[in-house]
Amino acid sequence: MNRELILKIKEDFANDIISFVEDRDMPVFVIRREALLRFVTFLKECAEVKMEQVTDITAVDWFKKREERFEVVYHFYSYTFNHRLRLKVNLFENDAKVPTITEIFSGANWFERECYDMYGIIFLNHPDLRRILLYPEFVGHPLRKDYPIDKRQPLVKLRRPEESRERP
Amino acid sequence: MGDEELLKGAVITSRLDESIKFFDKLLNWARKYSLFQYPFATACCAMEYMTTMGPRYDLGRFGAEVPRFSPRQSDLLWVVGTVSHKLAPVLLRVYEQMCEPKWVISYGVCASSGGFYNNYATVQGIDCIIPVDIYIPGCPPRPEQVLDALMLLQKKIDCEKADWRFSRKKRDE
Ligand code: SF4
Repeated sequence: MNRELILKIKEDFANDIISFVEDRDMPVFVIRREALLRFVTFLKECAEVKMEQVTDITAVDWFKKREERFEVVYHFYSYTFNHRLRLKVNLFENDAKVPTITEIFSGANWFERECYDMYGIIFLNHPDLRRILLYPEFVGHPLRKDYPIDKRQPLVKLRRPEESRERP
Repeated sequence: MGDEELLKGAVITSRLDESIKFFDKLLNWARKYSLFQYPFATACCAMEYMTTMGPRYDLGRFGAEVPRFSPRQSDLLWVVGTVSHKLAPVLLRVYEQMCEPKWVISYGVCASSGGFYNNYATVQGIDCIIPVDIYIPGCPPRPEQVLDALMLLQKKIDCEKADWRFSRKKRDE
């Protein structure tokens, strides 16, 4: 992304951008949650930015390191201009909700489901917010830092406890 | 007269014993060289399994060359790769669908003990779910190890009594 374009985005969204870093691989914007949909729509529709693909959506758990525990991270890519952009939204633990962007990028659907599955972040107005990788009986969200690292939730009756190394 | 009859009886009994033993041997011999396998391949170990099946190492030399993709037609279950708790019911079901006599080989450390995946998803050894006959260590095992395991299994089959398998205990007992 060239400099002028970044400056233009920064001016247009001056009130919504919390911080900005020109990282070594792509520019990184941290924005307010309320402006997320507007910003993403802009990224897709602006003729000079023209982000056509959402490459990834994931989250980071800053357990006990930050006041705002979760950080949802979006990556966008433009085929036309071959440039990328990273977008972050910070969330508090007791309000880990963010509006879905499936209306704008339908490819976001499964990414958001995965993010919900692993981190328990709620994507408001998502058409089908179910677990995608784990089974429905699973309790909790395993990539949260406070999920015990070796806590397993078997679906079938086990012949021996998993912790024991004794063969039955 | 009486002695003769007694003798007759004895001869017949021992012949019966002998014939049963002979029958066992014949059955085991037939079984161990015609293992129909079901590859339950879930992860990277499957690549190594393919190598073993290929022409260079050629599992067919040991009479185990036909993979069957229906558990009802097979008697040797290879669990090749990581098994997660989401997959465990499927594995159990496949095992239960196989007809007796059946054997299980656990292929690679992931299947044998969970390997280095000590996390929320992975079963810590498939013997938590189904009985296993042979474990193959290695990540992934070399084909030589697999051939060795197959030969061990053949030895094991050779020592079995035919009726032992049929009176085998159920999984949960
Ligand atoms: S034992 Fe190693 S090669 Fe085999 S499935 Fe596990 S990680 Fe993959």
